[in-house]
Amino acid sequence: MRTVTVVGASLSGLYAARELRAQGFDGRLVLVGAETHAPYDRPPLSKDFLTGRADEARLALTDAEERAGLDAEWLLGVRARGLDARGRTVLLDDGRTVPTDGVVIATGASARRLPGDGLAGVHTLRTLDDARALREELIHGPRRVVVIGGGFIGAETASSCAGLGHDVTVVEAAVLPLVAPLGPEMAAVCAALHRRGGVELVTGIGVAALRGSGAGASRSVDAAHPGRAQAGPAGPPVTGVELSDGRILPADVVIVGIGATPNTGWLAGSALALHDGVLCDDGCVTDLPQVVAVGDVARVGGARAEHWTSATEQPRVAVGNLLAGHTVETVRSVPYFWSDQYGTRIQFAGRRRQADAVRIAEGTVEDGAPGDDGLLALYERDGRTTAVLSVDRPRPFTRARRQLAYDQDPVEPTTAVNL
Amino acid sequence: MIPVCRLADLPAGASVRVGTTPPVAVFNADGELYAIDDTCTHQDASLSEGWLEGCLVECPLHAASFDLRTGQPTCLPARRPVRTHRVTVDDGIIHVHLFAEEGTAA
Repeated sequence: MRTVTVVGASLSGLYAARELRAQGFDGRLVLVGAETHAPYDRPPLSKDFLTGRADEARLALTDAEERAGLDAEWLLGVRARGLDARGRTVLLDDGRTVPTDGVVIATGASARRLPGDGLAGVHTLRTLDDARALREELIHGPRRVVVIGGGFIGAETASSCAGLGHDVTVVEAAVLPLVAPLGPEMAAVCAALHRRGGVELVTGIGVAALRGSGAGASRSVDAAHPGRAQAGPAGPPVTGVELSDGRILPADVVIVGIGATPNTGWLAGSALALHDGVLCDDGCVTDLPQVVAVGDVARVGGARAEHWTSATEQPRVAVGNLLAGHTVETVRSVPYFWSDQYGTRIQFAGRRRQADAVRIAEGTVEDGAPGDDGLLALYERDGRTTAVLSVDRPRPFTRARRQLAYDQDPVEPTTAVNL
Repeated sequence: MIPVCRLADLPAGASVRVGTTPPVAVFNADGELYAIDDTCTHQDASLSEGWLEGCLVECPLHAASFDLRTGQPTCLPARRPVRTHRVTVDDGIIHVHLFAEEGTAA
């Protein structure tokens, strides 16, 4: 291979570029990034960046010295708009084409939006630009904030807003937030963090419309067909969120945190199979052996993970397979995610299924919420641990997480010296 | 010079966080004592709660790894070192000599 093009210059794209060089690729390396910013880390956007504890410099994933060492061509602020049928040419939206021998698809995902959400004061939180705009709205004294969606982004953003002194309500369509990843028992325990943090939680109800000031400024919501992210000119200011039972929650600021859609639109008409992501084998390789996919956009072995750790781990395997010309290694990591909210750190690892039993192995639940010392919960099936959840218990969590990895892949024994 | 705890209370494999500013983590790695800045240089996490293996500590949040002897990161996502601090034991009490007081790395 003389040229490899990495499409997407965020976390997984940068890691792929690093891996290409680390694994000996010394040809032409092109990185295409839709955002104008150099690669930055997204997790702090809903936490320390939003509260002002971290500035933009803390978000940088790379620096000039490393970029010089990578010896890559950075095409930032440019979107890919297509990949030819043979996967040998990347088409860019500025009219340029990049002939290439290999492609790493790392185009990530975009925040889902509510249709017709063009009211001023309505935000999503996915990019640095999103976070800058939201931060600007939160520094003008206390506001009434409604967060739609109680997932990780929604919960962390709600926590940050409450910490800044705003009046916050979270609206979650499901019976409980985070019920899919954590299961009902632990989702209930984690939901109590909202209450303890002074945030109102409204569950089991959808959003019918976003209301704005002025005639005809109401925007109906068709929850079954969430829109795609597209920044439009701000309309009249938002005044409230109308729930499907007719209740209206007054709001000065609305944050829509209802998930993300993989950025595969540019691949329409290519030879690649697309279904909620780019379909890959267990080694991140697509239908074309010289095209691999990593990060939020990749559906690897039937599952698409939107986790930071997956985005950093997949590139090593994907790049190895790309350079080998076929799949020589598969991704074998245990899924892991974390969330910081209301002064606690939630960590989860493993693969929970619906029928798994859960038990508290350490710590306690007090008044429906994690006790002051946090807790460690183990999910079990047929006497085996399938997943582990920690609230502020990092050391036993790490031990359990390593054990899960060892059970799955007994390669090297874990040391028993840690107390 | 800051007293930390009794040597007897920090067996091999154990670590303790010292609430200085910035906080420091002291480790007993197979009988050798080391002190480094407690906060991971990647994101806000306490290395005293990390996973100790030989002279390496793995951050509990994103698995960045640091060499306790030098403070240097041995893998991503951390790219900047943590400071190291000199450790002494007097009368069975562990003391940390903060880098800032020493002026040079221990």
